[in-house]
Parts: sequence; C-alpha cells; structure tokens
Amino acid sequence: MARAVSTRRKVVFTILAWSVALLLFFPILYTVITSVKTEGEAISGFSLIPSFTFENYVEVQTQRDYWRPFTNSVVLSLLSTFVALVIAVPAAWAMAFSPTPRTKDILMWMLSTKMMPAVAVLVPIYLLFRDWGLLDTRTGLTFMLTMINLPIVVWMLYTYFREIPGEILEAARMDGATLWGEIAYVLTPMAIPGIASTMLLNIILAWNESFWTIRLTTTNSAPLTAFIASFSSPQGLFWAKLSAASTLAIAPILIMGWFSQKQLVRGLTFGAVK
Amino acid sequence: MATAQTRGLSRLMMAPSVGLLLIWMIVPLAMTLWFSFQNYNLLNPANVGFAGLFNYRFFYTDPAFFQSLWNTLALVGGVLLITVLGGIAIALLIDQEIFGQGIVRIMIISPFFVMPPVAALVWKNMIMHPSYGVLADMARGLGLQPVDWFAQYPLLAIIIIVAWQWLPFATLILLTALQSLDGEQKEAAEMDGAGFVSRFVYLTLPHLARAITVVILIQTIFLLGVYAEILVTTNGGPGYASTNLAFLIYRTALLGYDVGGASAGGIIAVILANIVAFFLMRAVGKNLDR
Repeated sequence: MARAVSTRRKVVFTILAWSVALLLFFPILYTVITSVKTEGEAISGFSLIPSFTFENYVEVQTQRDYWRPFTNSVVLSLLSTFVALVIAVPAAWAMAFSPTPRTKDILMWMLSTKMMPAVAVLVPIYLLFRDWGLLDTRTGLTFMLTMINLPIVVWMLYTYFREIPGEILEAARMDGATLWGEIAYVLTPMAIPGIASTMLLNIILAWNESFWTIRLTTTNSAPLTAFIASFSSPQGLFWAKLSAASTLAIAPILIMGWFSQKQLVRGLTFGAVK
Repeated sequence: MATAQTRGLSRLMMAPSVGLLLIWMIVPLAMTLWFSFQNYNLLNPANVGFAGLFNYRFFYTDPAFFQSLWNTLALVGGVLLITVLGGIAIALLIDQEIFGQGIVRIMIISPFFVMPPVAALVWKNMIMHPSYGVLADMARGLGLQPVDWFAQYPLLAIIIIVAWQWLPFATLILLTALQSLDGEQKEAAEMDGAGFVSRFVYLTLPHLARAITVVILIQTIFLLGVYAEILVTTNGGPGYASTNLAFLIYRTALLGYDVGGASAGGIIAVILANIVAFFLMRAVGKNLDR
C-alpha cells in the first residue's frame, strides 16, 4: 500500500514548494523586517538585514495613538461576533434539530442576502446612519458587521449542528434526561467545537472588513482597517513606521488564521467543500 | 415527530435571525430603488423630485460607466484566471510528499489573512514603488528602467495585489478537495500506466470540477466589490483607468453627492451580482440535498 517515494523526487518537490511559499510570503516577511529598520534603512534599497530597532513600534503608539484603532478593532470584531452568535445559535439549532420542509428555502434565502453588493446600499445606509447619529460610532459599526456576517454564521453553525447524531438524544432520553439535561450535558459539549470554529472565522472576517469600516468612520470608532488606509497619501519617509503599524494590525489575525485553516474552507464555501 | 409545541419553539428560535435579515435586505434596497428614480443631490437638497429613468440614462451615457464596467470585468476575470490556474498548480505541488509541509502551507495561506488596506499599501510602497520598491531594485540590478506600476499599468497592478490576496483561498479549497480524492483510484490509474497528464485530465480535474466552480463563484461575489485596494493605491486613477463599478458608485455618491445617480449605479450592481448569485445558489443548493 505504502508507495516508496524516491528521495530525489521528494527533494525536488520540496525545493519547488518552498520557493513558491517564500515568494508568496515575501511581502509579509518584508513588512516585518522593515518594521525593525530605521526610516533611513527602509528607503535605501533592498536589504533583508535590519538594525533591529523597535523605535517604530514606540513611535506608532506615541505619535499616532495606535491603541485607539487597535482597541476599536478588538471591540468591534469580538462584539459583532458575540451578537451574531447569540442571534444565530438558536436559529441554526432549530433548523438542524427540527427541520421543516421550508428549512432549506430559509437557508438559501439567508445566503442570498450575502450576495447583495455592499456598495449598492451605501447611500441609504450612509443617510440612515447620518440621520440616526450612528456615523463613526461603535454601535453603528457593530450592527453593520453583525448583519454582514450573520448569514455565514447561521450557515456554518447549521453545518456543524447537523453532524450531531440524533440517536444520541434518544439514548439520553431513554436514560431519563430532561430537556434541559439534554441541552446542558449532551448537546452543548458536542456543539462547542462548531461554535468555536464559527467564532474564529467570524472574528477574522470582521477584523478585515474594509468597506463599511472605512466609509462609516472618521476617528472615534475607526478600526485598524481605516487607520491603515489613512496612510495612503504619498509620502516616502514613514515606511518603517507604516510597517510597524501593519505588522501589529495583521499579526493577531494571521496567527488565528493559521489555526483555523480547515474551518475556513468550510465556512467560506457554505459547506460545499469540506 | 415534531409536535406543534416544538414547531412553535423552533419558529421562535429562528425569528430574530430571519426578522433582522429580512429588514436588512428589504429596507436599504427599497431605498436605493426609490432614490434611483429621484432627483436628489446632497448639495442641492431643495431640488428633489421624480426623475423617471434620468439617473439610469445619466449613468449609462457616462463614458466612465463603460470604462468602469470593463475594468470590473478585467479585474474579476484577471484575478480568477491567476488564482484558479495558480491555485491548481500550487495545490498539486503541496499535495506531494515534501519536507516541512506544515510550514509551507502556513506561508502560502497567510496572504489571505492580511487586511486589504495593509496588503495594498505594502505592495504599493515596498514592492511596486518606482524608486524604493523591491521590483525597482531588481530592475535596476538587471540594468532595466524601473516600472512605475500605478501610473503605467494601474489596473494590472491592482489585479496582481488582489490575486495575491485570493490565491491562498483558491489553493486552500482546491487542496482540501484534492485530499479527498481516493488514493487507491490514483494508484490503480498509475499501475495501468496512466501518465501524469492523463491522470490529471481524466481523474484529478473531474474530481476538482465542483471545487473550482465554488472558488470561481465565491470569489466573483467578493471581487465585484473590490474597494479598499483601489482606494489606497490609485484612488481610481489616473483618470478612470482603475475605477471599477463599486468605486464609481462610491465616487458618485460620496464625492459627487449625487444620491440619485449613485443609486441607479447601485441597482445595476445588484443586477450584475444577482446573475452570479443565481449560479452560486444552484451549486450550493445541490450540496444540501446530498
């Protein structure tokens, strides 16, 4: 059964794969390297050896008040994920455990709301937010992020819940478990991994959302996406600092992403590829 | 098995999700549709009235509209081409037995987690900058004239950046599909003397067909709305050279204050997205029946 793979073949493929991987990873790697260079080094030609200064990280905080957008990103992504889960868990639960003939239609309809291009509703949302005083507030943005990701959250939870076998409930019932006993001791432990994966993917999506977070904020509630985008004006003397800010902005999500590769596929394809 | 009581309970459990999404879908879209038939400019709020199809005609006859439509197609098509072909190649490569597979995987999927403004600014400043970028350094090293990407090939530059962000997504999904391919089938084909090419064409590609469809459709939904990458690099320019439909609508609405015109553009974008969505829903819907 085990086919012997010739070592030469393995070495060739290893070199090829590592070259591709390093090429794709290079922009990120170079950003991290540039973040510990001085501003002078950053614009004096290609170099992979920085002087390992950490003053950029200090200056990003002291000059640009980095913690405000960072805190906003954390609060917005966690809060919107929490709200979405609170709304979505009961719905997905009901659809997975007591499906009706219309369940499939409801799920497909939820998915279809995700197809609406954001820019098409930019004008009404902007005007409503202006009239209701929600522009540049965390409340308004949390609501937006929750609504944007709600269909994905319901779908992902549904595909996980559906895999919990119904027989286990019957067994619990035969053993005399009450409804609350069922939920607390049988279903919840089995549902936790699915909920955790959903949460992880949703935090990533909310953290990186770059249309509404840029358009509906100015300073108070601007998360990192808007903060970084504000650096777009052409200047040449701040690259090391920009790299430091960028590294801090992507590091948490990059690490979370590495741990959620499998769930990512499932969540983003709505269960079509597992 | 479901009694009337549990049915009532499950309806109650679904109500918040369904209700919120219903409002979320209907209210803004209805407003966009309403505005698209109105004369409504934020700079001239007194002059509001029924405009008929004027906004649509205005948007349609604007030369920027056709350019942005073409740019949208080029952006979506170009990125899809790079990510699907590149994704298949890389997925096949890292599906082989190699040293350090875990690290290779992590490096390859990383770009997907980089937020769009960071991705765009890193490429703009450190890779593609005509005097300080890595590509310029390389060009000078080879004795060539560095390319000013965002002035000479703005749309291509944006296609490259967006493709870099989405290549990991395509790779990851195709790799997942590839790994579910039956190993014994592959071995049998190999024993029968099928070469790499015929194994790929007759065995691997049909197996990947579904995953490729999913990749194309999901990416299209997101690629139709590419925004931040354009905002921080070219701002749609020079002229309208890198303005896509989403960016044109944003320009009309928040820079031109033309609510009516932007809404007409929005409705056109909805129609475009719906054509794609129709096919996506069919592909995903089939999976539910399984």
